[in-house]
Amino acid sequence: MSLIVLIPLAAVVWRSQERGLGYFWEAVTTPDAWAALTLTVGASLVVAVINLVMGTIIAWVLVRDRFWGKGVIDTLIDLPFALPTIVAGLVLLALYGPSSPLGIDLAYARSGVVLALLFVTLPFVVRTVQPVLLELDPDMEQAGASLGASPLQVFRRIILPNLIPAMLSGTALAFARAMAEIGSVVLISGNLPFKTQVASVYIFGQIETDNPIGAAATSTVLLVVALVTLVALDLLQRWGSRHA
Amino acid sequence: MAIEVRDVNKSFGVTPVLRDVSIDVTSGSLTALLGPSGGGKSTLLRVIAGLEQPDTGTVVISGVDATRLSPQRRNVGFVFQHYAAFKHMTVFKNVAFGLEIRKRPKEEIRRRVMELLELVHLDQMAERYPSQLSGGQRQRMALARALAVEPQVLLLDEPFGALDAQVRKELRTWLRRLHDEVHVTTVFVTHDQEEAIEVADTIVVLADGQVKQVGSPAEVYDNPADQFVMRFLGPVTRLGDSLVRPHDIEISPAADPAGTTATVVRVVRLGFEVRVELLIDGQETWAQLARSTADRLDLQPGQAVTVRPSPAARPLALSAS
Amino acid sequence: MPKNLIRYALRALAVGYLLFLLVLPVVLIGWRTFANGLGPIFEALSTPQAISAFQVTLVVAFWAVVANTVFGVGAAILLVRHAFPGKRVLNALIDLPMAVSPVVVGLALILVYGKFAAVGGWLETLGVQVIFSVPGMVMAAVFISLPLVVRAVVPVLEELGDEQEQAARTLGAGWWQTFRRITIPGIRWALGYGIVLCLARALGEYGAVAVVSGRLVEQTQTLTLFVEERFQNFDETAAFAAATSLALLSVITLLLTKILRPKD
Repeated sequence: MSLIVLIPLAAVVWRSQERGLGYFWEAVTTPDAWAALTLTVGASLVVAVINLVMGTIIAWVLVRDRFWGKGVIDTLIDLPFALPTIVAGLVLLALYGPSSPLGIDLAYARSGVVLALLFVTLPFVVRTVQPVLLELDPDMEQAGASLGASPLQVFRRIILPNLIPAMLSGTALAFARAMAEIGSVVLISGNLPFKTQVASVYIFGQIETDNPIGAAATSTVLLVVALVTLVALDLLQRWGSRHA
Repeated sequence: MAIEVRDVNKSFGVTPVLRDVSIDVTSGSLTALLGPSGGGKSTLLRVIAGLEQPDTGTVVISGVDATRLSPQRRNVGFVFQHYAAFKHMTVFKNVAFGLEIRKRPKEEIRRRVMELLELVHLDQMAERYPSQLSGGQRQRMALARALAVEPQVLLLDEPFGALDAQVRKELRTWLRRLHDEVHVTTVFVTHDQEEAIEVADTIVVLADGQVKQVGSPAEVYDNPADQFVMRFLGPVTRLGDSLVRPHDIEISPAADPAGTTATVVRVVRLGFEVRVELLIDGQETWAQLARSTADRLDLQPGQAVTVRPSPAARPLALSAS
Repeated sequence: MPKNLIRYALRALAVGYLLFLLVLPVVLIGWRTFANGLGPIFEALSTPQAISAFQVTLVVAFWAVVANTVFGVGAAILLVRHAFPGKRVLNALIDLPMAVSPVVVGLALILVYGKFAAVGGWLETLGVQVIFSVPGMVMAAVFISLPLVVRAVVPVLEELGDEQEQAARTLGAGWWQTFRRITIPGIRWALGYGIVLCLARALGEYGAVAVVSGRLVEQTQTLTLFVEERFQNFDETAAFAAATSLALLSVITLLLTKILRPKD
């Protein structure tokens, strides 16, 4: 465990600090590194918010609605987890690339990056909200309605508070995944520096051009974000279990 | 002696669970470890089985010092409260497990398992899985599994604890009869004094990690070592400065200088027994009468009566402990 | 009925979103792959380069699964059955690979096991090359799929409890016999589930493997790298063919996990 995980990760942090904090700061604020980082954070935030809304709606439809083909959709939700990310990128490029049959070309555009990230992070919110929604006691909603609450009030004041910990956990997972993603983005984004190059691709480039310290510096930023997300998740889960 | 436990101490963290516990279990006996939950009885049983290590002290099984032996080398049969059935094996396979581990020939295993399943009345269920059995059946399977390896001692941890009242009573009688048939030294843990009195021939009362008393059911019931044992083994009430069993209180309507004057507060008929609530100098007490006696006395609330312990009673002075 | 209206609107929104994000793209790639019949696909996948990619992928995935099965079961037992200092930290660290970018994983391995790093240099003198070769790729695949087996096994092990194991011990079973005859059968479905997930992840890994492999054609090129390289070289037929075979693998994985997933 430590041979494969801890020591190598520690080496990344250590290498990034090798020439002091000043150099570290310079390395992550070079125009192209900074552009890649801000794009990654920005796109991940957008993706997280869309997932928060759409993921909850999909989970809701899967649990509360009944229609033909629901079982198939329920299975398909996990496809982005099972599909290799590079294939996911290729698949999206086929529909939303230069030869799109829909006439929508998102290749080499930031919207293409967001699309790829949406694809790979789809299951997170759905799969964290779904079980909570299933466990939710319908008596509670009926009690709320019997006390005179409108359907909207029941949703806002009774259902939503119960779902929020799961929704936020799923969103945090999606955010972390989006920050870390490379495979699905590589093909559709074209990796244009200052425009569509995400942090992981930038690090990749730095490794290929033999700049390990620059790569380590940007990696350290991603590592810190990952750690913060994990800690936030841990806190979220405790908060959620206290309220359950 | 089948089991000798000497000066065993055991703590979980800073909480002492067993304090200087020493007991002897004679070969072929059926012994109950009785006490309130948290009193250390299950821990003692697990120490005997080797599932827990004592901090200090020794455990000798059939003359061999077993203190440092792992459970697999002690040759004890252990029956868990929640059966610990091997869910992925049939009833037959469950019972055969210990014999297969010992690499006995197939034919012998088959014969022995079927014998045991007959003994526990599960011979029709051999090919079923534990999930297809009722609680009582699972417990009997667990018992057959423990007996299959011909253990030197059989240890049962609250064996009927998870069963409903009716099945519990049936299995109790059945365990007693089984023991008379098989004669294996048996120790079982229970918090139910009725169960201990009915089934065991020796009772060890354990509370706060200490042995409070050892004796036959009659001894511990009639001659409790202290207030705690007396209260734990049956109903008690106060008469003056002593504790008495309520069925050892005699009531007479006539005044009697040898007795104490009391006032009847309430008469409750509970089927075959009648509970008479009394007040003596402002102190509440109660007596348990047979229905015929109560009918003869025809007590009314407010009536003044005389009470005294019956000649058979062994009151325990409250100041003594 | 506004309530029904809302219901239909939500349903349409959810289904539409999934249709355009998930279903149509996947269907389209299948359709494009098979548009010219099976001949070109077969041809594209039987070049030495493609065959080598298949082989490398299988070797890497196989060893990653073996390593993670052993580690995963061991770590799960450690976490559930034993109390030790640092347990909470280990528990948290196991999830770390889920949140770390695969590229960072690759970089981390290069920094320790690369030719110019201390450990890597020492291994090099022993004749073991880790980076730009199979051992490094296995390490990368192990790293990124580390939590899958552990997280699949832990809840089942918790639910199983240790009474069955204790019962086996009192019946005379040794440590290994108890493990093999009681523990393993108890967790077999969860273990299978974890292994399938791990296999899928190892087969489909791109970022970490891309970094540590050096992407040497016919030497360290896995299927995912093959897809990318062929696509960048405008060989769409081969890229689509390989992508479709990977997609088929993942669909099989998906169905397998549906069957294996512990039902409650």
